Amino acid sequence: MATKFQSASGLKQVRGLGSAKSGVHHWWLQRVTAVGTFALALWFIASLILLPSLDHGSVVAWIGQPLVAVPLLLLTVSVFWHARLGSQVLIEDYVHSEGLKLLAVVALNFFNLGVGAIAVFSIARIAFGA
Amino acid sequence: MAEFQLPANSKISGKGKAYPAPAGAKRPRTFKIYRWSPDDGQNPRYDSYTIDLAECGPMILDALIKIKSELDPTLTFRRSCREGICGSCAMNIDGSNTLACTMAIEDVKGDITITPLPHMEVVKDLVPDLTHFYAQYASIKPWLQTVTPEPALKERIQSPEDREKLDGLYECILCACCSTSCPSYWWNSDRFLGPAILLQAYRWLADSRDEYTGERLDALEDPFRLYRCHTIMNCANVCPKGLNPAKSIAEIKKMMVARAV
Repeated sequence: MATKFQSASGLKQVRGLGSAKSGVHHWWLQRVTAVGTFALALWFIASLILLPSLDHGSVVAWIGQPLVAVPLLLLTVSVFWHARLGSQVLIEDYVHSEGLKLLAVVALNFFNLGVGAIAVFSIARIAFGA
Repeated sequence: MAEFQLPANSKISGKGKAYPAPAGAKRPRTFKIYRWSPDDGQNPRYDSYTIDLAECGPMILDALIKIKSELDPTLTFRRSCREGICGSCAMNIDGSNTLACTMAIEDVKGDITITPLPHMEVVKDLVPDLTHFYAQYASIKPWLQTVTPEPALKERIQSPEDREKLDGLYECILCACCSTSCPSYWWNSDRFLGPAILLQAYRWLADSRDEYTGERLDALEDPFRLYRCHTIMNCANVCPKGLNPAKSIAEIKKMMVARAV
């Protein structure tokens, strides 16, 4: 077994680089986006059920209304934001190599921002009738 | 990545010794006990000891002491008070962390498997290395901190109502059953403080006489030190004192939000 040259108390390792003095913002936004996603998803599912028809034309016409396009945009932002926050926690839990962790978090941000932007653009395109 | 498999030198080998029941045993019962010594270069193994419960006290610790006294003096474990107040004999019994002295033998069905507290480095047999755990405890400064100078020749007074806020916190004996049952602590104990230490941290945050609440929260606000807790609740399930560390952690998170939002 390799000899460990650590302080006898182990405090050097525990104190480490000190507190990051952040974390509450991430935690709080995860809760807020969860509530937002839940409320908007309820609206979205209920609205789809109440639509007289689910064919392409009538759904596109429905999304084109301002009072539909705006909550749908909010739902999209809330979902991708929440997914980004939650997936980052997963990565921090299980990926212990610092380099790989950094890479994974950056890739996660790019993915969520990229796919989220495509979703937002698609809704806007329908709403502005392009 | 998190280690989901035991390192090669920690895998249990099949070669354990068996100590058969004594002749004429009225109530034979088998204990499968984790054995590992740093001195012999062997992988860990399970030894099984069959003892006569008719000749043994009622608790798991009674059986361990009987095995050590009568069958195998090399069996190594910590124990002291034998009444659930010192926390020394914390170990994993029948798949759950608890104190050997307060766990009744008759509450376990079949053979009784005993291993050290999970995911800790083992010193020998059932003795885990708690150095890091104690260092984490020291890191939260578990003592009263004030700006106000000590009153001359008087104690710092506390109302009965404020004293009640420490109920469910001061009873913690730091046995480490909760922390070593927590998956977040298994994967990230190098940085996550774990349920026992966070309950202790809250014990000082909740103390009406302590004036360092802000500094204590500063030290805890960290994605790893505090926010690795995902409310899995194993801590509350196993606590041999019936405490709820998860609730203390939730209270700390509420304090964090209260000062930020």
